[in-house]
Amino acid sequence: MISCEEATLICNKTQYKESSLLERIQLRLHVLVCKTCGKYTKMNTQLTELCTRAELHSLTEAEKQALKERIAHSSGIKDVQAPDDSQP
Amino acid sequence: MATHDLQPHAWVDEYADYLYNYAVARVGEAEIAKDLVQETFFAGLKSAPNYKGEASERTWLIAILKRKVIDHYRKINSRKGKAEVRMQYNANTDSDGDWLEEQVADPFSVLENTSLENEELGMAIQECISKLPKKQSKVFTMKTIQGMETEVICKELGINPSNLWVMIHRARTALMGCLNENWFN
Repeated sequence: MISCEEATLICNKTQYKESSLLERIQLRLHVLVCKTCGKYTKMNTQLTELCTRAELHSLTEAEKQALKERIAHSSGIKDVQAPDDSQP
Repeated sequence: MATHDLQPHAWVDEYADYLYNYAVARVGEAEIAKDLVQETFFAGLKSAPNYKGEASERTWLIAILKRKVIDHYRKINSRKGKAEVRMQYNANTDSDGDWLEEQVADPFSVLENTSLENEELGMAIQECISKLPKKQSKVFTMKTIQGMETEVICKELGINPSNLWVMIHRARTALMGCLNENWFN
């Protein structure tokens, strides 16, 4: 029988489809006898569904880094401003 | 530079994704959304002395971004010479019945509500992610939103897989606690 820590790890890996079949069977068996992990697994699976449904977007690390540099640059130099603020 | 309580150096880590989601939902194009987020930060810097600390930093930035989104639409409209307001009779039908009644939303349609709800959900999740410790939010975002491979993330951040899973676990547990229980059933 696997421990709760192992069950949690497998559960998390499963959210990213990185668990093996054997691991998933072990998790199933564990959940049968452990209510806490059962509840965790249910919530965790729902969290994955919510994240999928929300169609989240994010900037990549490289994009964020570039943005940071530009912000640092323009907060140092006062007159730099965003383009196209001028109205015709 | 008088920035009152603003902390521009932390803006990107804390709000970039939040603002970006908001922008993508409204302009539909990743590149334009990125530009708008950048312009928002610049405009925020410029008007930082006017920040009175009445709204939270995030609310204040979202207010700027809203203006940027409106400006964006105004700009593309005027570029195409379409700045005039057009009222159109329902184009999908030939009927010439009652104008207003035919425009009323179908109360039984769930489509509009779902997309609104999903956007609200997205912003709620993004808000919770920004409350995580920096490293956790980074790992969670790379793994969950960008769908990066475990190995690639480990390499990029110089951590090992068990570190990664611990952080993922902490992040997910925190998110379950942070997200309103109404989202779960």
